[in-house]
Amino acid sequence: MRTTALVSLCMALCWAGCGAAETPPAPAPEASPELPALAPPAAGTTLPDAPLYDLAVGLEDQEGAAISLDLYRGHPVILSMFYASCRAACPMLISRTRRIEDQLSPTARAELRFLFISFDPERDTPERLRHAAVEQGLDLGRWTLARPAAPDVRLLSALLGVKFNRLANGDYNHSSVLVLVDRDGRPVARMGSLAEDSGPLLREAERLGGS
Amino acid sequence: MLTILILTISAALSAPQTTHRVSVGPGVWRPVFPPEEGLEEIAVPRFLLDVTPVTNAEFLAFTRENPAWRRGAVSRLLADDRYLARWEGPDALSADAGPNQPVTDVSWYAARAYCAWAGARLPTVAEWELAAAASETVVDATRDPEFLAAILVWYGSPSPGVLPDVGGRAANVWGVHDLHGLVWEWTEDFNSVLVSADDRDQKGADKVLFCGAGALAAQDKGDYAAFMRVASRSSMEAWYTTSTTGFRCAADVEEP
Repeated sequence: MRTTALVSLCMALCWAGCGAAETPPAPAPEASPELPALAPPAAGTTLPDAPLYDLAVGLEDQEGAAISLDLYRGHPVILSMFYASCRAACPMLISRTRRIEDQLSPTARAELRFLFISFDPERDTPERLRHAAVEQGLDLGRWTLARPAAPDVRLLSALLGVKFNRLANGDYNHSSVLVLVDRDGRPVARMGSLAEDSGPLLREAERLGGS
Repeated sequence: MLTILILTISAALSAPQTTHRVSVGPGVWRPVFPPEEGLEEIAVPRFLLDVTPVTNAEFLAFTRENPAWRRGAVSRLLADDRYLARWEGPDALSADAGPNQPVTDVSWYAARAYCAWAGARLPTVAEWELAAAASETVVDATRDPEFLAAILVWYGSPSPGVLPDVGGRAANVWGVHDLHGLVWEWTEDFNSVLVSADDRDQKGADKVLFCGAGALAAQDKGDYAAFMRVASRSSMEAWYTTSTTGFRCAADVEEP
């Protein structure tokens, strides 16, 4: 029933609106507040119980080198999706990740790696990605920015549990997600939005990196 | 009894892929949560859509030709542990999952793989919703209270233990069956349903919350059924399988 509760919560929040004074939406028809039985039942956790690397996906990094999703196999990795032209949420997401990076012990920090994949392979060329890496002050000894082939963008978003859609002007609406995987690529922790506390993910990263 | 079942399935499998598709659209879709201001109406080009959801028999044929998608062989990354749970075994349907019932307990990855095998793809949300807006007589019935009420009756009914066969309901005006009243259906961009602010210059911290501005921009607030589908899609992950989620395939119209 957890998925049902989650959906009910989401809908309840949506109806409440997050703080703006707007006409409330029309009330739902009178019915039990629970979703009907035909709604998808809780079908699993928010993390698949298998290595992400079971899905082989080719990428191109900021140097133009052909790499793949399991680039950092053998290290704990924080994965995410972003795009270089993003002016608000992505810089915030990267700086949140940098904060996690900085809060790790030196031992763990030496072990952790970071792979951020672009929604926008058309505009995020290796040159653009290199520029973004410099802009954000990323340590390319531990960070990789990469772009997928265009047909793989949706696949990767599904893999990481990132929601997105492309707007008419080429910008992207997207959720801000961090996924921590262990040395075999098995997902261990997830931050689903910038509003979430990244403490649990940091603690798991420390645990993985320290061992 | 089992022998008869096996023979029936063998007969079904020896037939070539005969999925029937019809042309849908072009048309205009009005999403309940427009992705951005000014985009309250989305043009959907003409496309082809399966007239019914994919059946158990069809999916069994797929797994026989693609052993990587057999129950038990698929990585938990690509389908959770309830994958094809209703089947008797990896190679056999069951009394609860007959050949002409819609296949369920399949993940987005599995649905996608099936459609690719069939030389097709999953429909987009826009395509699916355009097709689903139609009643038996009109292309866009989303402002018809009776049409919407009937869908909500289905949403409010307990799920039947055994699903009916596909094609049992009257087709809509495009010739498509079962978009309502049978199973929830996977779409290619199910995770594009984003009830949140966009990531451009923002004016308030609130906007980073996932369920932020979307509800404020909702249109057609009377189409509660569409809200239900938004919630349903938002609650899914690609590896989830559920006993009430199936799919059908779509294809681009070939240029002559």
